[in-house]
Amino acid sequence: MSTGLPLTVILTAPSARTEPWWLRLILIGVALTFLLSFIFLPLALVFIQAFSKGVGYYVSALSEPNALLAAKLTLTAAGIAVPLNMVFSVAAAWSIAKFDFPGKSFLTTLIDLPFSVSPVVAGLIYVLLFGLQGWIGEWLKAHDIQLVFAVPGIVLATVFVTFPFVARELIPLMQAQGSEEEEAALVLGATGWQTFWHVTLPNIRWGLLYGVILCNARAMGEFGAVSVVSGHIRGLTNTLPLHVEILYNEYNSAAAFAVASLLAFLALVTLAAKSVLEWRVKAQLKESTSVH
Amino acid sequence: MLWGFVLAVVFKKHGVLPGFKLTLGFTILYLSLIVLIPLSATFFKAAELGWSGFFDVVTQPRVLASYRLTFGASLAGALINAFFGLIVAWVLVRYEFPFKKLIDALVDLPFALPTAVAGIALSSLYSTKGWIGSLFYAHGIKIAYTPLGVTIALTFIGLPFVVRTVQPILEDFEPELEEAAASLGATRWQTFSKVIFPAISPALLTGFALAFARAIGEYGSVIFIAGNIPMVSEITPLLIITKLEQYDYPGANALAVSMLVVSFLILFLINAIQRWSQRRTL
Repeated sequence: MSTGLPLTVILTAPSARTEPWWLRLILIGVALTFLLSFIFLPLALVFIQAFSKGVGYYVSALSEPNALLAAKLTLTAAGIAVPLNMVFSVAAAWSIAKFDFPGKSFLTTLIDLPFSVSPVVAGLIYVLLFGLQGWIGEWLKAHDIQLVFAVPGIVLATVFVTFPFVARELIPLMQAQGSEEEEAALVLGATGWQTFWHVTLPNIRWGLLYGVILCNARAMGEFGAVSVVSGHIRGLTNTLPLHVEILYNEYNSAAAFAVASLLAFLALVTLAAKSVLEWRVKAQLKESTSVH
Repeated sequence: MLWGFVLAVVFKKHGVLPGFKLTLGFTILYLSLIVLIPLSATFFKAAELGWSGFFDVVTQPRVLASYRLTFGASLAGALINAFFGLIVAWVLVRYEFPFKKLIDALVDLPFALPTAVAGIALSSLYSTKGWIGSLFYAHGIKIAYTPLGVTIALTFIGLPFVVRTVQPILEDFEPELEEAAASLGATRWQTFSKVIFPAISPALLTGFALAFARAIGEYGSVIFIAGNIPMVSEITPLLIITKLEQYDYPGANALAVSMLVVSFLILFLINAIQRWSQRRTL
């Protein structure tokens, strides 16, 4: 470096791996403007509009009977769908991560399938299957069972759209961890269940929680699929997102945003938990793979 | 100890932890009941229409207009995301600025925010009276309730995909490669376009395809901002619901099958891209 330049210039000059300061500034500006118009402003708008008619209006919009019933149904649907998918995912991850069998990667693709199905189509398949014009619909009607345009349909649609969330976190995690610890436990005389509860479950707990939190966010926020199967019966088959739609279409924007702010708050809590858990999962993976 | 060692050898030989039949059986049963049987039922139902009946439904002018809008706006949204998503990923990996961690976490908002909430927020923001919409309306550009509004919503919904696929590749990119390029006399732009970009392009392509696939099926965030005018701003998922509400079940089913086929083709394509890029890096 015999350029004759003062040392400070050399030290602050752009290295081989970075851009001149003005370009850095422009790129940061472009990125932040993009995120501002698509993420930050929409998010801010939800909370500002929610309180546009004051705190009193906000509270009354949330405590109104239809809003409470919608909240109850949302909690019910998520309360059934999330545990069901959680149990399924643990079973699926156990069979896929711990054993070898033909068609394994095909099975993994099939588990991911609901992600590539439009929510509207997800709702539609149940309406067609269990609705009155369907084969099963006739039988259900004869036995006085109402699945579609009722709570069971909403639960089913929610199970479908949240199907892969937990499994796609657990399968790679359990594959990376291997099964040596389980084998050790069995050798020492533990039963299969003991091995699962005391060895496997503690090893996957953060990954499991991560998947469950994402699954729950989607379950509580699902709109398209639930909209198709709900039949829009107010106070009976309305979830919180559907309640938002009704209020908004009635030009009751402040109330719509008040309910929406509740869901947006849930999304923020989800993101915060996700950030913390991502760090935990990484740490746990490092710990359990470094043992071997 | 010896006994334990013997057992371990036995386990290794047969490779058996317990519960294989139970868990695999349950997995296949649950998957079939929730996903496979309902999905294949739609295909059987569509077969009842016959080829010509199916073809008649999916080539109605209103249906074709909805395809054009759905695929056109999804493509535009995915392209916008590929361009800006790359810049966002670059800035998050390479530069330091205040609140970076928070901003990084908020990139995932479209994954976590219920689509109906996103829909009414974007609709208010981009309407002619909205914070952003009014700026454009002053220049005679209407965003909400036009195909442009549909593009905005589909850009929002696909935003995290490109950022989250490109980000880890940029993080793992070896500095030596860039330094070598620079020491051989490459300009910064040459280093980017000839060294860095080829390395991240499979991830960029995957992110683009994922954003596109997500946008095609999207419903909740679109319908509030779209205006839903037949032939102009009506997306295919909405048309399915319209047909359903008119008790045109075969029609709704035919549209659903056409969308499923496209989704599966894209899924196949994404898998192919990933296999191709894995082979390339080996």
